Amino acid sequence: MTLKSDDVRSIAHLARLHIAEDALDHYVDDLSNILALVDQMNQVDSSGVKPLSNPLDASQRLRPDEVTETDQRDKFQGIAPDVAEGLYRVPRVIE
Amino acid sequence: MSMTVTEIRRGLSNGEFSSSEITQDYLARIGRHNPALNCFISVTEDIALAQAQAADEALARGESALLTGVPLAHKDLFCTDGVRTSCASRMLDNFIAPYDATVVERIREAGAVMLGKTNMDEFAMGSSNENSWYGNVANPWNTAHVPGGSSGGSAAAVAAGLAPAATGTDTGGSIRQPAAFCGVTGIKPTYGRVSRYGMIAFASSLDQGGPFARSAEDCALLLQAMAGFDPRDSTSSNSATQDYSAGLEQGVEGLRIGLPKEYFAEGLDSRLAAVIETAIGELRKQGAEIRDISLPNTGLSIPTYYVVAMAECSSNLSRFDGVRFGHRCDNPVDLEDLYKRSRGEGFGEEVKRRILIGTYALSAGYYDAYYLKAQQLRRMIKDDFQQAFDSVDLILGPTTPEVAFAIGAKTDDPVSMYLQDIYTISLNLAGLPGMSVPVGFVDGLPVGMQLIGNYFDEALLLRVAHSYQQVSDWHLQTPGDFS
Repeated sequence: MTLKSDDVRSIAHLARLHIAEDALDHYVDDLSNILALVDQMNQVDSSGVKPLSNPLDASQRLRPDEVTETDQRDKFQGIAPDVAEGLYRVPRVIE
Repeated sequence: MSMTVTEIRRGLSNGEFSSSEITQDYLARIGRHNPALNCFISVTEDIALAQAQAADEALARGESALLTGVPLAHKDLFCTDGVRTSCASRMLDNFIAPYDATVVERIREAGAVMLGKTNMDEFAMGSSNENSWYGNVANPWNTAHVPGGSSGGSAAAVAAGLAPAATGTDTGGSIRQPAAFCGVTGIKPTYGRVSRYGMIAFASSLDQGGPFARSAEDCALLLQAMAGFDPRDSTSSNSATQDYSAGLEQGVEGLRIGLPKEYFAEGLDSRLAAVIETAIGELRKQGAEIRDISLPNTGLSIPTYYVVAMAECSSNLSRFDGVRFGHRCDNPVDLEDLYKRSRGEGFGEEVKRRILIGTYALSAGYYDAYYLKAQQLRRMIKDDFQQAFDSVDLILGPTTPEVAFAIGAKTDDPVSMYLQDIYTISLNLAGLPGMSVPVGFVDGLPVGMQLIGNYFDEALLLRVAHSYQQVSDWHLQTPGDFS
């Protein structure tokens, strides 16, 4: 699998990751090489094998839906880039 | 300064020295040697001295827990309340964690003293510790070489005697490979044995915390403090922990040890193979039965791992958005610009590469070809191990295909760096415990032997390593420049 500049641009957009235009070619090469490595997976027929997502084949543990955490808003917002009146501030979204 | 944790505990309980005294010694060594090695991102001197004093007071009252007064260091991806937790990333350079990871909490409750936070590959992504916002770490055995990664700072700190023990995490070999490269002992427990709560996530189905120390005996103590069920980690195992120190002296007589032929094939440095063979001879002399086995899908573990790890990383790292914590770009024009530039500026190159590949592998139309396929191969790799464990008690091989390489030797070729992980990553895919034990040197650089156990069989690995360490002293060697 070989990628083109436009592919990397669109993947970077999906990942919300700014990639400078002059660095694109570099990423095209690196990512294509990694995908070539990954394509080795196709040497093996795995049809019918049940996918393994948890190495112990465990399923998600559930707990009762009860409040267990206390309010620590001030502590958490103390490390935020920009807050006001208990809210996280971002650039205007709706005109 | 090459004391083991066991020796420190004995010295403290006999009153040979106080925790404050040895803590000051370690802090002084860090001050002297860290400029050359760059093992520490943060040194928490005030916390260390206060904890040491509290430990001395507890000892004076006759109160002693598992690690009372023992200084150690944490990899800088374990959250530490009130202390910067950077993950070696510009993204978290300003991140003061608002809570403790379970591992940090348990080790503190066991009485240990925190010396500081160790350097690593950014977000644990790397095999050389060259991907750190705070600069690379040098290998204490030869400072022109890498210490391995991602937990390179922890391994190098223990090797150089800047800490008697340290925590690490292992997603594809990040405890075992740096342990091998630096000549220290390290264990990656079974997936789910040590809580992931407060351990900044890279690939959630592979990540597992564990200790570095100078001996298997010390690792047993550290693991005892770290392991156990945690309701705050949704994949934490609630099976009972073992007493990891109790069976250490039982020896290896009659144990069936399997050597996978794929781990001794092309790609393994023959000089390193010879060192491993000698160590195998010692175990045979002690009564172990050595058998040849096969793990036929070993070669597939690298592509499989990189798909699983990168897909999970792209998903986990989406939380770094410049809104709630971490780096935010200057003067964003709109929300999309804020996300893109904050992430573009905050993440280093390797992290970006992995996010991009992971995003691609999970995107519409490619999911089946990549992620689903990788999960199928993952089961085949796990099944290989399960079949092997029908006829052997544990598996043995090299930890790495070569000894620590020179700084800069592989940075231009990410794929050649990934191939370094050939013997370690299949364990993470299968969720099995593994350990690296020092067994000799090639070109003045340490060689690690890997022991692989069945699920939750950490005590057996520690026992075999301990048995080997009774007849060898490779694990006690110290690098001349830092002795």
